Amino acid sequence: MTAPAPGREDRPEARRDRGRGSATTLTARDRARRAAGGDTTRSAPAPLLVPALLAVAFLLVPLLGLLLRAPWSDAWPILHGSRAGEALRLSLWTSTLATAIALVVGVPLAWVLARSSVPGLRLLRALVTLPLVLPPVVGGVALLMAFGRTGILGRYLDAWFGITLPFTSAAVVMAETFVAMPFLVVTVEGALRAADRGYEDAAATLGARRMTVFRRVTLPMVAPSLAAGAVLCWARALGEFGATITFAGSFPGRTQTMPIAVYYALETDPDAAILLGLVLLLVSVAVLVTLRERWVRGGVTS
Amino acid sequence: MRRVVTFLLVAVAGVGLAGCGSDDRGAGTGPSADATARSSLTGDITVLAAASLTESFTTLAQQFEAAHPGVRVTLSFGGSSALATQITSGAPADVFASASVKNMDTVVAAGDAKDPKTFAENVMEIAVPPSNPGGVTGLDSLASAGVKTALCQPQVPCGSTAAKVFTNAGLTVTPVTLEPDVRSVLGKVTLGEVDAGVVYVTDVRAAGGKVTGIEIPTDVNASTSYPIAALSKSANAPLAAAFVDYVLSADGAKVLTAAGFRQP
Repeated sequence: MTAPAPGREDRPEARRDRGRGSATTLTARDRARRAAGGDTTRSAPAPLLVPALLAVAFLLVPLLGLLLRAPWSDAWPILHGSRAGEALRLSLWTSTLATAIALVVGVPLAWVLARSSVPGLRLLRALVTLPLVLPPVVGGVALLMAFGRTGILGRYLDAWFGITLPFTSAAVVMAETFVAMPFLVVTVEGALRAADRGYEDAAATLGARRMTVFRRVTLPMVAPSLAAGAVLCWARALGEFGATITFAGSFPGRTQTMPIAVYYALETDPDAAILLGLVLLLVSVAVLVTLRERWVRGGVTS
Repeated sequence: MRRVVTFLLVAVAGVGLAGCGSDDRGAGTGPSADATARSSLTGDITVLAAASLTESFTTLAQQFEAAHPGVRVTLSFGGSSALATQITSGAPADVFASASVKNMDTVVAAGDAKDPKTFAENVMEIAVPPSNPGGVTGLDSLASAGVKTALCQPQVPCGSTAAKVFTNAGLTVTPVTLEPDVRSVLGKVTLGEVDAGVVYVTDVRAAGGKVTGIEIPTDVNASTSYPIAALSKSANAPLAAAFVDYVLSADGAKVLTAAGFRQP
């Protein structure tokens, strides 16, 4: 059983490689190396290749399902009638605002975590990155207990200022920031740790004040990671569901973001759910392309 | 000896196959097959039920399990529209109890259930936190801008029935949130996050002292019917049918009436 199996599986793999080879022109050296059985760079061994292909299929088939089941011919009237526009608008501006907030307070937090020597820093790091692994619904319940009308802070907001946060667009932004900010913090903190501190020290010896060093030396140095973290944070905020529906509820135009609209559309109009999903897929692809073109490559060359 | 073993195997297989409705195969086994058929109510079923049935169906399932040792009923509660979507998408379940005819019709139209029977009716009531922070006195209060009201999504029975109430009363109510099922609405009221929620009378009763109910006048109130059906794809059809019969029985009616449901 064990002996012949790899041999048999080798053959389709070789065929696949030949297919790829014809596209990239198979050189004589390649052929010679393959004949010698020493080809290690181009073809993966079957025990790795087969599960890898399974993983690819598993990840891509659902997206294919979305594409193939989409009611393309009626797409426009369905999207137009499903109030997708207001859900998308709400999703876009809330996740952008959440990312902005995360940048304003998250980057300083990343600096504190990476550079300062406050006691209990490791515990602090664990605590602030907790939302990264916490189920978002739990985050929503926690937000409700803190900022809800009867929450530990929310009750004073209500009593003193008459402000109630749940069921408002502000609550959507809060839920998204809570869930997404750790992505930015972790990314930027990692970059700060990896960055060469020699430049900062040099700037400091040349007389730059600490804030100037941060602004003119540190930030430009981690700019690619900062941008990648921001895009990651934005994408996570865009996809936020659990914390949002728990803390902010769902009302079209005010708190019903795209993911929530997709969820409810599946109950009433599956076609609309598919199309709304495709819109989000399109946005996600755009995010990936942006990440790749602007920052990953830019980060390598700079 | 071998023959006895074969017979036993056939008998056991017959009991197992009874679930697939092919008990005619065991025709030759005579009265002993009937005797096993009565005790063949074993195994597990999954019942998908409207959120408003949470307490009553939990009680019904417990009583059903007590009456049939070896039977296990797994309950899953949710908005009827969400449950209907689950069923038509192929969720493995045996019985569906919906809070409206509409959601049951979706399941029947998809060929997943046949001949639903109405087992209860329910009407709406306003639930407010015990402190009544919004000063809600009746339906009219919900139309005022200062009162935060939670309703169900319009496709969920509690949402569509509440909409009927507002139409009957000639009111326009703008809620702060549209929740996935009636228990989410009740939860928001219990937490004090909203001033009022429109739920079923049975939900106010189930919440005990955690919410205060404000009755909706009979002339504007709306009701919804609860149909139940065994699902065609049930892996344990006899047990599913037996559970449906139990809900429709006098014993079932007693539990439901005690929870505040009306008999159809």
